[in-house]
Amino acid sequence: MTTVLTEIEDETVDAVVPRRPRRRDRGVDPIPWWLIVVGVIVALYFILPTLFVIPMSFSSASTFQFPPKDFSLKLYENFFTNPVWLGSLGNSVLVATLASLLATIVGTAAALGLHQLTGKLAGFVRTLLMVSIVTPSIVIAVAVYISFLQWHLVGSLGGYVLAHAAIGVPFVLVSVTSALGGFDPKLLRASASLGATPLRTFLRVTMPLISRGILTGAIFAFVTSFDEVVIALFLRSPTFQTLPVQMYNSVTVEIDPTIAASSSLVVVAVTIIFLVPQLIGARKRSR
Amino acid sequence: MTTPRPRSLPRPSWLLLVPALALLAGVLLVPLAQSFIRSIGAPDFTLEHYTALFTDGVTMTVLARTAATAAVVTVVTFLLGYPYAYLMTRVGPRARGVLLVIVLIPFWTSVMARNFAWIIILQRGGPVQSVFEFFGAGDIQFYGSVIGVTIAMSQVLLPFMVLPLFSALSGIDRKLLLAARGLGSSPLVAFWKIYWPLSRGGVVSGIILVFTLSLGFYVTPALLGSPQQSLIAQLLGQRTTQLLDFAGAGALGMLVLVVTLVLVAWANRLGGTISAIGVVATNRTKDS
Amino acid sequence: MTTSTKNAATPVAPSDAAARQGTRIRLENVTKDYGLAIPAVSNISLTIEPGEFMTLLGPSGSGKTTTLNLIAGFETLTTGSISFNGTDVGTLPPHKRNLGMLFQNYALFPHLTVVQNVAYPLRERRMPKAEIARKVAEVLQLVQLTGRDDNYPSQLSGGQQQRVALARAIVFNPNALLLDEPLGALDRNLRGALQMEIRRIHREVGSTFVFVTHDQEEAMNLSDRIALFNNGHIEQVGSPEELYRAPETLFTARFLGDSNVFELGAADLGTSVSWEGRTWAVAEGTVSSHPSVLSGSAIVVRPEDISIAADLKSVPAGANAVQARIRDLEYMGSYRTAMLAFGEKGLTGRARIDALDATHAIGDDVVAWWRPQRQRIVAA
Repeated sequence: MTTVLTEIEDETVDAVVPRRPRRRDRGVDPIPWWLIVVGVIVALYFILPTLFVIPMSFSSASTFQFPPKDFSLKLYENFFTNPVWLGSLGNSVLVATLASLLATIVGTAAALGLHQLTGKLAGFVRTLLMVSIVTPSIVIAVAVYISFLQWHLVGSLGGYVLAHAAIGVPFVLVSVTSALGGFDPKLLRASASLGATPLRTFLRVTMPLISRGILTGAIFAFVTSFDEVVIALFLRSPTFQTLPVQMYNSVTVEIDPTIAASSSLVVVAVTIIFLVPQLIGARKRSR
Repeated sequence: MTTPRPRSLPRPSWLLLVPALALLAGVLLVPLAQSFIRSIGAPDFTLEHYTALFTDGVTMTVLARTAATAAVVTVVTFLLGYPYAYLMTRVGPRARGVLLVIVLIPFWTSVMARNFAWIIILQRGGPVQSVFEFFGAGDIQFYGSVIGVTIAMSQVLLPFMVLPLFSALSGIDRKLLLAARGLGSSPLVAFWKIYWPLSRGGVVSGIILVFTLSLGFYVTPALLGSPQQSLIAQLLGQRTTQLLDFAGAGALGMLVLVVTLVLVAWANRLGGTISAIGVVATNRTKDS
Repeated sequence: MTTSTKNAATPVAPSDAAARQGTRIRLENVTKDYGLAIPAVSNISLTIEPGEFMTLLGPSGSGKTTTLNLIAGFETLTTGSISFNGTDVGTLPPHKRNLGMLFQNYALFPHLTVVQNVAYPLRERRMPKAEIARKVAEVLQLVQLTGRDDNYPSQLSGGQQQRVALARAIVFNPNALLLDEPLGALDRNLRGALQMEIRRIHREVGSTFVFVTHDQEEAMNLSDRIALFNNGHIEQVGSPEELYRAPETLFTARFLGDSNVFELGAADLGTSVSWEGRTWAVAEGTVSSHPSVLSGSAIVVRPEDISIAADLKSVPAGANAVQARIRDLEYMGSYRTAMLAFGEKGLTGRARIDALDATHAIGDDVVAWWRPQRQRIVAA
């Protein structure tokens, strides 16, 4: 009896993991050449302009002259030693970290709460929480600036963190909601039937399964805050500004090509943050 | 026989929403409300700030210029984005992944970095102008003009066109096209009669999205445009920090906000835009 | 033929009943109302004996899964009480009821390995690590799933996953095991094999099993007793044989196995009844004692109890007979089914005949007959 059972099951296991079929059906409907050309052109339009900052960052001139005359690391050196640049970098990291933390906690809780609720009110709340994505940042910036003036939050770390957390929440909400969507509700019942209290079920079952969604949301909230320009411009003070503000100044107030170094670093950093999970994911899939 | 006691605790789900709602209320809703109250002349009541928008001779001009720029940007992104999104639906999964990354990385790259890149490219004596000079058209001013702003904004906003489009197009079954061609239609006719109508939802979604975002754009026009040709976002900023006309700024802000919300609500009805943006922005498409 | 049994009263007594431990689960006047027109479960009472394999059987929406959820504590009672070994559990939350549960889609934790899944309830009970390891190994041996300890659920086949789920549900010696259509997602071969596994494990473990299914064959295969649900009520409770041979109502007769049904309307049920002018004998003990049998009843005869004769002369004395025409003959492998049209109005029915019997052909006019002891009069 047992051998029969295991035989049946071994066959079923093989059936569960099929071989990938060969691309036999490609020849029927090939992609037109002009579409590929257009695609490549658009792809270049996407990436190429941004790449200009990289060679620019190795210039030694004090203008934005391009192509740069000679090769030097002066700009990078300035970026990492000049207290103004370094300070703004530090502020950005600090603000982004705190804002991301706040947005993640608040957003995850909201996602968990909304997940269990249905009906029009819940839908309305969800839309309300997402509204900051589509509201123009200038409108938010202006309103927040005026109100924060009254509340003495302009130029303060707290003000920055609150504002950036508020615009980061939608990304966390979407990410965690998506993770919850792939979640089998029967797992919660199974855990309860096995003797776990609701709190234990949350910690041992729900949290691990949505942890990737939470992390993704946190990263997006971090990047959103780190790069945010408009609100940052309005909330700045002479003593407190973030990196994007400093970059803005280096174009408008006084020409400072260090912005090229700063831009390159940011571009490369974001690219790495993006490509690494993709590559890990790709390798996992082919295992 | 016992009758079980009914649950007396409120459902904890609503409690979980309190922090998020409090944060958003405090940081966004209250300031916006205050702004609105200011704009109608509190503690009195007056609509003069709103009427001024239409009569001051500046706001409407700037608004028209902004709308025109937004329209051009929308058209450009559409013409470039539709084929790209369509290509994404045609290629195999690995190529699609690459194409998607190409869209998402600029999406998440610092806006300042991207605008700075355009400054380098479009500046006087820069690569683009050198090329045009070569062809004898060296008078065209890119940097410091609406042309430059348009080119840069199109690149920055292109992901917002591609991603909703891709989401919509990937839901169309390609076999329908093949069926149409099998029934005798030429590829062009098949596209026009079958594919295009089915893609309209995503197209409208993307168009409204890009147009709306263009209206509110601040950084690109501020850096790449000229003060004489400022757009509505810059006007709003000026009114606030330079003119200190908080009430007027409030009115203008409300105008922009209302226009934005109306457009987005319209797009949302047509294609669930708000959640689409979020989904798209966090790369939670069907493939991932 | 046994007399028809009362609902919920007499359990079957298998030979090793005395050796069984396990919890007695009693439901009294249980109702669950969702506020819709009809309550999901309406005033049901049922006693599940210690160590019994009780199946809750019925079509979808009949209330069987709701009842299981009420026992588990995932739903709250509207009225009535549920007790385990005499202790009322109505207000106990699910995680305190100490019940094992098996779900149709296994509900294995995807982020935990097989061993971690099975150890989960033991960790919740703060058992020492060494003992956990021992018990996990023991129970995996019991369900015959070895060598897969560190695999994740996604790496296992459906049958293997279900066995992990089973192991997880019994490793902590629960009061009872609740199974919610656990084999529904498996294909036929696998289902049959796993049914035998479940039966074997029930014998070895000995605790109370409450099994929900809509598949009557599965129910008859596995159960000590079956509670048949219909629209939120329990239609009948009894052993598979009792339900099959002695149904009280037409619903029961139709749900379990095939039936030939001859409606009688509101008839006097003495030693004979009449149908379409024919008089048929009624044997003692073949009439249902259901209260509404006098206001409407029907005769039920199983296909395997009907024989076919060429004419009335060939029908044995004392048998009940009716003219029939053969509409179709279906070859089923080990037997044949003759689709018949009974009497003047051509009421459809079935008879089972030997596979090798070639005496009859489609279109033949024949006589169908059966012994009165094999017919049953049910409430209709």
